[in-house]
Amino acid sequence: MTAAPVLMKGNEAMAEAAVQAGCDAYFGYPITPQAEVLEWMARRMPELGRTFIQAESELGAINMGLGAAATGARVLVSSSSPGISLMAEGMSYMAGSEVPIVLLNVMRGGPGLGSIGASQSDYFQATRGHGHGDYRTPVLAPSSIEEAVALMADAFEIAERYRTPVWVLTDGVLGQQMEPVVPQYRTPARHEFDWALSGTGGTREPRVVRSLHLQPYELEEHNTHLQQKYAEIARNETRFATEDLDDADICVVGYGTAARVARTACERARANGIKAGIFRPISLWPFPAEALAKAAAKVSAVVVVELSAGQMIEDVRLSLEGSCPIYFVGRTGGMIPTPGEVLETIRNAALEAEPDYWLPAGETATSTPSTKTAEKCPESAVGLYPVELFE
Amino acid sequence: MTATIVPAERRVIYRRPQALTEKSTHYCPGCGHGIIHRLIGELLDEMNLTQRTIGVASVGCSVFAYDYFNVDFVESPHGRAPAVATGVRRARPDQFVFTYQGDGDLAAIGTAEIVHAAARGELISVIFVNNGIYGMTGGQMAPTTLLGQKTTSSPLGRESGAQGVPIPITEMLAVLPSVAYAARGSIANPQLIGRAKQMLKRSFEIQEKKQGFSIVEILSTCPVGWGMTAGEAMEHVEHDVVSTYPLGVIVDRVKGDK
Repeated sequence: MTAAPVLMKGNEAMAEAAVQAGCDAYFGYPITPQAEVLEWMARRMPELGRTFIQAESELGAINMGLGAAATGARVLVSSSSPGISLMAEGMSYMAGSEVPIVLLNVMRGGPGLGSIGASQSDYFQATRGHGHGDYRTPVLAPSSIEEAVALMADAFEIAERYRTPVWVLTDGVLGQQMEPVVPQYRTPARHEFDWALSGTGGTREPRVVRSLHLQPYELEEHNTHLQQKYAEIARNETRFATEDLDDADICVVGYGTAARVARTACERARANGIKAGIFRPISLWPFPAEALAKAAAKVSAVVVVELSAGQMIEDVRLSLEGSCPIYFVGRTGGMIPTPGEVLETIRNAALEAEPDYWLPAGETATSTPSTKTAEKCPESAVGLYPVELFE
Repeated sequence: MTATIVPAERRVIYRRPQALTEKSTHYCPGCGHGIIHRLIGELLDEMNLTQRTIGVASVGCSVFAYDYFNVDFVESPHGRAPAVATGVRRARPDQFVFTYQGDGDLAAIGTAEIVHAAARGELISVIFVNNGIYGMTGGQMAPTTLLGQKTTSSPLGRESGAQGVPIPITEMLAVLPSVAYAARGSIANPQLIGRAKQMLKRSFEIQEKKQGFSIVEILSTCPVGWGMTAGEAMEHVEHDVVSTYPLGVIVDRVKGDK
């Protein structure tokens, strides 16, 4: 029997998913648009006899997380972009100390205080390590509330399996929206950790959780160990999804909320005779480079959609190594690309690859239909074409 | 007639506490950390806490405390030790948890964390070692540096107009009703070392009885950073530093003082 869907708000669903995943301790600080995570935990965690603290700052929250996680507790910390920046210090220490923790970022527009609108402009921050030092952190990016619920449990599992901080990277749309969900809660199995602090009990040598290795050769050895671990994560934890790519001429790449916009655009493209499909990275690090390269080998162009000025597109370029034209649609500051804008770019990509794409047999295009070059901001193109034809 | 001298039975009158490792410390000659480490080690032994203690090391000379104690340790980012200790203590309420922090760590970069851990009444013991200087980085001015004191970053002497006044953070924390115990001791002479040990003991007992947050500030030395001999540094603490930072129990709410 399938459970009936329930209407859930993204932030609350993710918080409850963490509770159901066995989160022992939550630390947070109010910031829009993730405040509901904090509020949900404020009620749920004490109810279950677990730890909840509204910290004095994001610095406090992430470091309380460090302390609790160092004892082997399952810990969630959440925030939104400006607060996440403050947490870079703690995340770097935890990467160095190999402390597992899940950090949920409900992204908003930046830089600085930015806006409270949804954004994906923390992609670089999340996938390039966040804080100082040579390290990586797995980043899971759901594009629906149901997927966010499932990925929350996965995030704890990956964190504990590899002793690493893990991100769940979402945005203000996913956090704030409500949609019908059949939540697939899951509690990852518990393990005894041979590194966790518990007091020696007089039966073992003391354990130290630390990131300091004052001797350069020792630190290099430690860093080599970390890099080997990251290579293993890249081998085992790369995730993505594809939609309608089998016969596609255009591959649209987007994650999270951008993938939902892309989906609508692709449906409209197909309704108008352009075969477009979606490649959706779910793990942003490790980025599914190999799979994307394979998918792109079968299409004439790739269109990248982001709620940013273009961040993931750098990973797309690295993945494709110039093998395929890449177009970009992005809005910033809390603005969201419309399906029409994405469709516009899909259409341009299709036409530039093959000017006769839509023309009946025998006819040829009289001029290049686009004045827009690849990867330009779509706004310059809006209005150039009768978008309403496709809406 | 000759008296027969019967040799007394051999007994141990002084030894390394079990809670301390055999490793030699890296601290400079005349530094107070070794004495304070020993006081903590003695108390962990005497109070039977060694086996269920988790220490939180901060950033500064004492970051290597985990090399010298036979207990589990976590290393905290600079200033965040009270937040880290909060996480540890909440996740492991059965453990005895202490932070070991210097004055730069606690009274400058970590001001928010210490104030809020105290306000929440976290059941931790904060050991606050105040030598009025950033020792590890080469003797720069700390928030606790005395007025007029020359450091590498206040070469003309600390002047209140430009560099602010020394922060009596333990007194500031003591006004919070959630602070069960706040005291300031010193290691300037054997008598004061004994008193400092009593203060630490009181703090540890209060945590064990879950009576609230406690902090013990200990005035310590940095002969190298101060440009003094070890002896001069001890005398400086005993006679000069105390005029800015008076010794004694600032508040003991469990006993009902104040």
